[in-house]
Amino acid sequence: MTLRSDLQQIADWVAPRSAVLDLGCGDGALLAHLRDAKGCHGYGVEIADDNVLAATRLRVNVIQADLESGLRMFSDDRFDTVVLSQTLQAMHRTEDILREMARVARQGVVSFPNFGHWRHAFALLAGRMPVTPEIPYQWYDTPNIHLCTLKDFEILAGKCGLRVTDRVVLARGAPVHWLPSLRATLALYRFQTR
Amino acid sequence: MVQRPGSVGVVTPQTLLFSEPLRLTSGASIGGYTLMYETYGELNAERSNAVLICHALNASHHVAGVHAEGASNAGWWDNMIGPGKPVDTNRFFVVGVNNLGSCFGSTGPMSPDPATGRPYGARFPVVTVEDWVDAQARLADALGIECWAAVMGGSLGGMQAISWTLRYPQRLRHCVCIAATPKLSAQNIAFNEVARTAIRGDPHFHGGDYYGHGVVPRRGLAVARMIGHITYLSGEDMAEKFGRLLRTQDYAFGYDVEFEVESYLRYQGDKFAEYFDANTYLLITRALDYFDPAKNFGGDLTAALEPARARFLIVSFTTDWRFPPARSREIVEALVAHDRDVTYAEIDAPHGHDAFLLEDARYHRLIAAYFDLIHGERSEPRGSPVATSIAGERIPQQVSPGRLDGFSEREPARSSE
Repeated sequence: MTLRSDLQQIADWVAPRSAVLDLGCGDGALLAHLRDAKGCHGYGVEIADDNVLAATRLRVNVIQADLESGLRMFSDDRFDTVVLSQTLQAMHRTEDILREMARVARQGVVSFPNFGHWRHAFALLAGRMPVTPEIPYQWYDTPNIHLCTLKDFEILAGKCGLRVTDRVVLARGAPVHWLPSLRATLALYRFQTR
Repeated sequence: MVQRPGSVGVVTPQTLLFSEPLRLTSGASIGGYTLMYETYGELNAERSNAVLICHALNASHHVAGVHAEGASNAGWWDNMIGPGKPVDTNRFFVVGVNNLGSCFGSTGPMSPDPATGRPYGARFPVVTVEDWVDAQARLADALGIECWAAVMGGSLGGMQAISWTLRYPQRLRHCVCIAATPKLSAQNIAFNEVARTAIRGDPHFHGGDYYGHGVVPRRGLAVARMIGHITYLSGEDMAEKFGRLLRTQDYAFGYDVEFEVESYLRYQGDKFAEYFDANTYLLITRALDYFDPAKNFGGDLTAALEPARARFLIVSFTTDWRFPPARSREIVEALVAHDRDVTYAEIDAPHGHDAFLLEDARYHRLIAAYFDLIHGERSEPRGSPVATSIAGERIPQQVSPGRLDGFSEREPARSSE
């Protein structure tokens, strides 16, 4: 099974045989890959029944829980890496989850769709909320309540005391080097929490 | 054996006599006891596909299939266990056992005390979850099962499954613990005490020695069951089933049955009092009260669960207020602290505590998926350096004692039906 390119990038940032917490782990593909390819051990947190079932089928340790109620189940510094992949934009308590991530792990990875993409700007100029493959919802029916740009996230990360060490921006799965804040569809950040 | 689709068919209970005395948690011991059990499916040549099902308060060894005398007499978890069911008896050898002190054929308060020849009654020793597990381990010895593929149970049965991981960590690969709790709350114990008070206050109780008087404390037992039953259902489930429906045209301004819910509870209570033993009810509710693996660790559940080596599946139900999800999460939290493998599902089902016995597609699909994984595992005992694959060739395996991950071959996914 080939891993989605953004998950592959995240996997590259995870040390072999380390402890990983994947928040909003979906079907568990990242954790299964990290286990099989890098000997990592960890847990996924997921709220949707179908994803819990899918992750169980991949023999991934999945814990059904709502991230909004926090990560109390996990003690301080319990993990080497904590991942929040394409989930930040759907969280109500955005700042709280970043602070909780900092509490439970030394290293964090966050990915999110870049609202600053030029298509989105064009849509807004044309008078409409953007609907794109990365943000495929109508404004009145979207789980994405906290969309942000690259710069927005970097400011919040600083406010939460997260030290960004790496940033990779992708457009349809391929790395972007030129005009990233306009051309990125997906941004991935790696940060240290201490 | 007659096979109905999806059923293990007609099953015959078996008994085993254990002559060596069993030392109990209380310090007492019991000798010459019998355990009644049933088995379904075939034990494989490696003896690696055995699953133990632990029963809760009022159930028995009769987990699946039907008894010859009555085709309506289906096992208490027949929707879960059978050919093609989540715990598939075409793959697993499933054992159901009636616990010591129960009243369905294993030695209990109704059995003759060898010292007197009369029923034990009040002299039957108080047994604990740990004692049951020790007795089950002896049954496993007798059946030649060194290591269970899984020990599984709901409610009090789930507590036994947890206890297995602590008392015999090397003798099970998986612990499937459903709608359970690491210990009873004050409220849980309070409900048990009301039930016991009802039984002990029945004039027919005779201090537990009612057998010799030719009577049964039926009234008290029925009340105990009514109380228990209320805690098994969710408020919303009761509201939906009964609401304020009346059996009468209008209020009769008396105390006979008027509301449907009264009728239901009385029926449940009376039916239960026909077949259950009052001393067993006292004994099992006490075992529930006493269960608390963290007790010897200053209340620290994390410290208590350190010996566990099994992989865990923990399931709770959102509307279960007897053992609510938060109690299962305590177990998960303690296991995570030890880096143990655990899957935790919180099923949004409306039926309260009883949901663990009912068919719910999400619940049964998850159990089926989990047992698919167990079936796909190579079949050597835990921590073995070499394992035999399903195809039979010997291949090196990297399994740390605490973990069985990294296995990739699995059966194709299937639905629970």
